[in-house]
Amino acid sequence: MSSPLFEFTNQRLTYEGRLVLDNLSLRIYPGERVALIGGSGSGKSTLLKALREQCPDQIAWCPQQPGLVPMLSTFHNMYMGALHRHSVFYNLANLIKPLPAAKRAVSEIAQAIELQHQLYSSVDRLSGGQQQRTSIGRALIQERPIFFGDEPVSGIDEYQSEVLLNLIFQRHSTVVLALHDVAQALRVCSRVIGLKDGAIILDAPSAELEASDLADIYGISDSSLNPSRQ
Amino acid sequence: MISASKSSHRDSSAKALRNTSFWFAAVALLCLSMADLDISTPNPWGELGLMAAGALSPTVWSWPTLLTSLANTFSFALQGIALASVVGFLMALGYRFTLVRAFCAFIRSIHELFWALLFIQIAGLSSLTGLLAIAIPYAGTLAKIYGELFEEVDPSAITNLPSHSHTGSLSRSLSRFCYTVLPLAWRSMATYTSYRFECAIRSSAILGFVGLPTIGFHLETTLSEGNYSEAAGFFYALLLLIATLRFWLQKRLLPLYLIGAFYYLPPQAQTSWQLVKRFISEDIVPAPLRGQANLNAESLGAFGQWFNQLWQHQIWPGLVNTMLLGQIVLVFTGLLALLLFPLNSPLFFRGWRGFGDAILILLRTLPEYLLAFLGLLIFGPSMVPAILALGIHNGAIIGHLVGRHTDELTLRADVGTGLNLYFYEVLPRIYRQFLAFLFYRWEVILRETAILGILGIATLGFYIDSAFEEFRFDRALILILASAMLNIGVDNFARWLRQRLHLKSMPESL
Repeated sequence: MSSPLFEFTNQRLTYEGRLVLDNLSLRIYPGERVALIGGSGSGKSTLLKALREQCPDQIAWCPQQPGLVPMLSTFHNMYMGALHRHSVFYNLANLIKPLPAAKRAVSEIAQAIELQHQLYSSVDRLSGGQQQRTSIGRALIQERPIFFGDEPVSGIDEYQSEVLLNLIFQRHSTVVLALHDVAQALRVCSRVIGLKDGAIILDAPSAELEASDLADIYGISDSSLNPSRQ
Repeated sequence: MISASKSSHRDSSAKALRNTSFWFAAVALLCLSMADLDISTPNPWGELGLMAAGALSPTVWSWPTLLTSLANTFSFALQGIALASVVGFLMALGYRFTLVRAFCAFIRSIHELFWALLFIQIAGLSSLTGLLAIAIPYAGTLAKIYGELFEEVDPSAITNLPSHSHTGSLSRSLSRFCYTVLPLAWRSMATYTSYRFECAIRSSAILGFVGLPTIGFHLETTLSEGNYSEAAGFFYALLLLIATLRFWLQKRLLPLYLIGAFYYLPPQAQTSWQLVKRFISEDIVPAPLRGQANLNAESLGAFGQWFNQLWQHQIWPGLVNTMLLGQIVLVFTGLLALLLFPLNSPLFFRGWRGFGDAILILLRTLPEYLLAFLGLLIFGPSMVPAILALGIHNGAIIGHLVGRHTDELTLRADVGTGLNLYFYEVLPRIYRQFLAFLFYRWEVILRETAILGILGIATLGFYIDSAFEEFRFDRALILILASAMLNIGVDNFARWLRQRLHLKSMPESL
């Protein structure tokens, strides 16, 4: 196997000074599609943040809070993902009047995520699901080899969300997603990492897992921790 | 693909803001093309150099003079704001009545310098004149702010109180008010009043320009004589007074300072009822109507002619110039504020923010009237000094507030930097708030525009000042009323715009 893209050995991860994950060891290799699962507060977002810091320039990032600029159009919010590829003058001109090349690039993605009809509406006029797709669009347009998403499809129906995830897989060689839908994680990802109580309690190829194996992670009782299967 | 996107509908919440901004800027450009922007002094850079040299070598010609004028400036301001907050509070209690609102709007639409010019005629250059000139317009402003704060208070505090079958008794609603609304609004009231006190010190200083014994009197004299080193001494003393307020003007010492201020400068005037009566019943009565026990067609006709003359030669040109200059200043203020707010924003000047904000607060502290006076010495009489002075002063105020507003923005982790950050992330998010601040400030800008006429720019203040100089108080009064009407009109228009554009309309510290 090639060398890992991301690597942690006995790492302590904190969030705002509070210890979230202790004694963490983890490797992620190119080509993997990793699902992070775990209850809220289990440390998924903290882990994603720490992973992102390892090679920020390679990662297209789709955060849980979309952080869209409400009064700007869908077009501009998506184009924001491409700001770093253009000169500031081009960006400013494009802010005043959308430029042809930027229009082509954005509407190609907008079409793929079915936002082509809302492209020039301001995003505060969009539904929650449409806003989330805008956020995905902003990540897709970054054109980076790795995609990180924190619940990127949580507000979108099952059929739509699988279409969107497949689009993400098509355009990125390595993908790490925090997901709450266990069945979906097993279906679309090649590897599942389960987090609970500040530790990785499960790490296995999804082919070897069934949904019932993952029940513990969301289970109310924390007496029956699965041993980590490396 | 692109044609497909064209066929889709566009629905943007920013459209109204964009269109409004465009029309304001377009009108301002039109005004700019009609404005008098001549620089008439032979060597503006030379004059500026002399000023800079003076600023670098401040001297104090007489410490007693300096300290007396500082004490006077402080006393007028403290007495004025104390009286204004008491009267303003009482008026705020009745703020839901249209008549009270209109009265407050009227007394604050007349600038403190105009009030001073009026009272000088009755009470001379006395301590009473200084006190009333500040207290009256500030009472109107504070009443409005207090009244709006009372309305903003969470109504559940009152509605949760047990109701009585015979509500409406004044004493009961007053005790309810003191138990609910007042404590809830108190903090904001105190914050706002203390900010207004800083403004009152500026106003008090400026009253010296029309002859009252505050620091402005000496600033005007020394600057007019080109004695820039001495002027710098007075100027730095004023800055020091304002900058150190927070250290020595403490809440529990306030009664002491207040007693001190009244003891040091008791409000009194050499006047007589006869004088007051003559001023009201004769001097300010339009000349053709004077001494007429009852009106007849002839005197009314004469009055019509008199008013028509006044309208054509003074009111109308004054109004036009005031609006023209006000519009340019408004847009220039907006541009400067957008340029300056990053100085007070954690998103742009993380480590240097304290320093950046200090610059904004310094620019805000400079009285606009004094800035305009300096500009006049440098550039000569035209609209240029007024535009610069009002733009810098107001731009710094709004820039400071907008910058503070960016504290509340939460941006995603991977935002850009520099201009990309400014134009794509921050500007769109703060623009609504920025417009709210700017429109809130519009009324103040217009009032200041009118007043700068006293310095020789042909706005309403110019004609008002001339009328006072010629002892034509009847004209002066009509012109002052015209400027009041203009301010009230613009204030209402701005409120309508804020509502139409769904702008948050709380004043904060404007």
